[in-house]
Amino acid sequence: MSAPAPSGAAIIAGIKTAGVREVVALPDIVTSDGLLWPISRDPEFRLTRVCKEDEGVSICAAMSFNGTRAVMMMQQTGLMDSLNVIRAVGVDYENPVVMFVGLQGKEVDRLPKDSSSYGVRIIQPILDAMSLSHSLIEGPGDEAQIPATIDTAYESARPHVFLIGRPPEAP
Amino acid sequence: MTIPRDKALTALIPHVTRGDIVVAVYQTCFDWLALNPRDLNYVAVGAMGQASSHGLGLTLANPDRRVFVLDGDGSLLMNLGSLVTIAGAGASNLYHFVFANRVYEVNGLQPLPGREALDFAGLARAAGYAGAEAFSDLNDFEDNLDAILDRPGPQLAELQIVPGAPYPQRYDYIHSSEARETFRRALNG
Repeated sequence: MSAPAPSGAAIIAGIKTAGVREVVALPDIVTSDGLLWPISRDPEFRLTRVCKEDEGVSICAAMSFNGTRAVMMMQQTGLMDSLNVIRAVGVDYENPVVMFVGLQGKEVDRLPKDSSSYGVRIIQPILDAMSLSHSLIEGPGDEAQIPATIDTAYESARPHVFLIGRPPEAP
Repeated sequence: MTIPRDKALTALIPHVTRGDIVVAVYQTCFDWLALNPRDLNYVAVGAMGQASSHGLGLTLANPDRRVFVLDGDGSLLMNLGSLVTIAGAGASNLYHFVFANRVYEVNGLQPLPGREALDFAGLARAAGYAGAEAFSDLNDFEDNLDAILDRPGPQLAELQIVPGAPYPQRYDYIHSSEARETFRRALNG
C-alpha cells in the first residue's frame, strides 16, 4: 500500500492562512484535481490563468510591490522554462515569488533525487545551484510548513519553490 | 511614414497623470526616463519580453491606477501569449503601447523575424483586447490619444517608430535596488 497523499484542502488552507488571495496558474496534471480546480471554484481567490509560466513569475513579482501576496502554480517543466525570469526578477531583484510546482513523472515511493525520471531528478540540484529556497510537499503533515514559509519569502523578499511530489487529495 | 520615438513619448507625457504607473523597456525606457523622470516609472522588468506581464500584475494589484506599458516589438514577440492573458484577465486599466522599429535595437540592430508582415494591433485584437490601433504618423497618434485613453482597456497602440534623439542607456539604474525602492515608496506613499 502506498503512503497517503498530501491534502489539497490543507494546502489551500495554508495558502489562505498566509494571506494569499491571488493565484496565477498554468495547469499541471499533478495539482489539477487537488488544487487548481478547487481554487478555481473558491470565491476567496482570484485566479489568473496564463499562457506561459514565466508570465506568472513576473505577475507575482509585480503584485508584490504594494504588498499583494500571490502564488504561482505550474509543473516542473514550466519551472525549467522560467529559470531566467526567476533568476532576474526573483533573485537579482529580490522579489518574493512563491511557486507551487508539481513534479510530473515522480514515482510515489521515491524522493525526487532518486526518481528514474531525469526531468524530476535534476530539479532540486538546479534549485540548489541557483540558491533558490525550496521544500517538498509529499505527504500528510507537509502542508503545515506553508504559512510560515510564505511569510518568510515575503519578509525576506526572496523566492520559494514548494515541490509537490504527489497529487494532493482533492478537498 | 514613421514616428521618431522621442516625439511619440513626448506626445504621451501630458496624458500620464500623477498616479499612473508606467512600465517601459530598453531604449524606450531610457528615452522615457530622460524625457519624463518620475517615481512611478517601473523599470524592474528584469528579462526581455516581460513588460506586459509586469504591467498585468501591477494592473491587477492596483485597480485604481492606470498602467501604461511602453513595450518593444522584439520584446513583445517573446511574450505574445501575454496578449491573451491580459485580455482574459479583463485588464481594463492597462494601456499597451508597442514601439515597433522592426529591429533588436540594443542588440546590434538585427532584424525581427517576419518583420515585414508583423501586425501587433491585429494580434491584440485577435487576442481579445478591447481595442487596438496602429499609427505611423505623429499627428494622427496625437489626435487619437485622448480617445484611446478614454476607452476601457486593455487597449493597444502600435507605433511605427524610428530612433529620435539619442538618450543615455542607463542599465545601472534600471537594474538598481534604488529604482525599485523609489517605485515602491511612490506606490505605497
